[in-house]
Amino acid sequence: MPEQLTELKQTPLHALHQELGAKMVPFAGYSMPVQYPMGVMAEHLHTRADAGLFDVSHMGQVILTPTDGMAALEAGLEALMPIAVSGLAEGRQRYGMFTNADGGILDDLMFANRGDHLFVVVNAACKAADIAHMRAHLSDVAQVQPVTDRALLALQGPQAEKVLASLVPDIRAMRFMDVVSVDTVFGALWISRSGYTGEDGFEISIPAATAPDFARMLVDRPEVAPIGLGARDSLRLEAGLCLYGHDIDTTTSPVQAGLVWAIQKSRRAGGAREGGFPGAARILDELANGVAHQRVGLQPQTRAPMREGTQIWDAPEGGQTVGRVTSGGFGPSLGAPIAMGYVESGCAATGTELWGEVRGKRLPVTVCDLPFRPSTYKR
Amino acid sequence: MKYTEEHEWLRVEGDVVVVGITEHAAEQLGDVVFVELPEVEAQVVKGDEVCVIESVKAASDILAPVDGEIVEVNDVLSDNPGLVNEDPQGDAWFFKMKLDDLRVLEDFMTEDEYKEFLG
Repeated sequence: MPEQLTELKQTPLHALHQELGAKMVPFAGYSMPVQYPMGVMAEHLHTRADAGLFDVSHMGQVILTPTDGMAALEAGLEALMPIAVSGLAEGRQRYGMFTNADGGILDDLMFANRGDHLFVVVNAACKAADIAHMRAHLSDVAQVQPVTDRALLALQGPQAEKVLASLVPDIRAMRFMDVVSVDTVFGALWISRSGYTGEDGFEISIPAATAPDFARMLVDRPEVAPIGLGARDSLRLEAGLCLYGHDIDTTTSPVQAGLVWAIQKSRRAGGAREGGFPGAARILDELANGVAHQRVGLQPQTRAPMREGTQIWDAPEGGQTVGRVTSGGFGPSLGAPIAMGYVESGCAATGTELWGEVRGKRLPVTVCDLPFRPSTYKR
Repeated sequence: MKYTEEHEWLRVEGDVVVVGITEHAAEQLGDVVFVELPEVEAQVVKGDEVCVIESVKAASDILAPVDGEIVEVNDVLSDNPGLVNEDPQGDAWFFKMKLDDLRVLEDFMTEDEYKEFLG
């Protein structure tokens, strides 16, 4: 067996994945289920119609405990992100991103105010770097504690509330991006009403020891199917959500990436806490003056998928390269290929007709609004 | 029926050979969402990329198993690529080829040999 495979980490649900017949693949240093016997297409559609259970235990869970009061921690975190941390109410979660001095994105993340501390969830591939980054910059204001004894599950889809409420009735009252901590027979569950599929649903941090029984109880429900990384990718693409390392990275700014909605007014020019984050000069300039390239939705006009890396042209022959696809595939809920990518801003208007080069042929593709499918969050 | 190491099946119908992909190949590909077929009357050489199959996961090619002429393609697959998963060794044939000499087919695996090849 290649050395790389023997060194892969396993999540607390590894045995359950195998029992459920998952096809396991290496992902961000972990052995993860890419699909179950149901298959990517059916898993995707099941999540949209009923509910899907995802193991996202590979993601980084980190607790930031203030050592000099919450206000100092919030200010410390605001020095790393163009996002308002101060003002986030207890029991609420927010989307953010660490930026670098060039205004690029180091990682995107979720953070929650849990009263006496902040709880942060970061991408698996960036976990070690994010923890080092927070330790380097927050050590004066917080203890940075990676949570290593918990699994993280996502239960997503229109039946998620009903299924989870049968075990934890309190969650019915939650709105999108609310967080609660609930004591159950499975131990303390840290639940947020959020996810990365465009569906209503929940993300559940649970003690590693009880996670397999909890997950088994969920997948035993007729409404719930286990869902692998394959369908997770097509679900988030239909929802127009960025995948770090593909749609966003250190070379893309939040403004180029179309994440302006995540930057509160207080951090923008004229705001109470304007700037003061890495890359502020570029990001504030882009907010004021626009960007040369930006992320857009791309709707291929033939049945051929346009995968990541597909070059986008402004003419069916000759012409110029005006962009490239950063995520592309097939949208099972749309029954058609879908993609997103970066194009020159002059070509970014909805309805602009462009051409993607697939196997040497330029095929028509139209700039479209994101998401491809309206989200069903419970606001 | 004969089988190639590229997981194609070949079935003789009169003087033409019908080509498709095996159940094993279809299962490995996952849900097929796009099929690009060759031009009828195209002259192909063994190893030419004659079809593209895209699944939800990735794109792959079907190679011409032998030299010959494409005489018919299964247009149904363009509109219903999912048929490749439903009936890979039946209705979801890809193309028919006319060979100069059908005896070249003797080189390919029998069903038992293919099963052994899969292990």
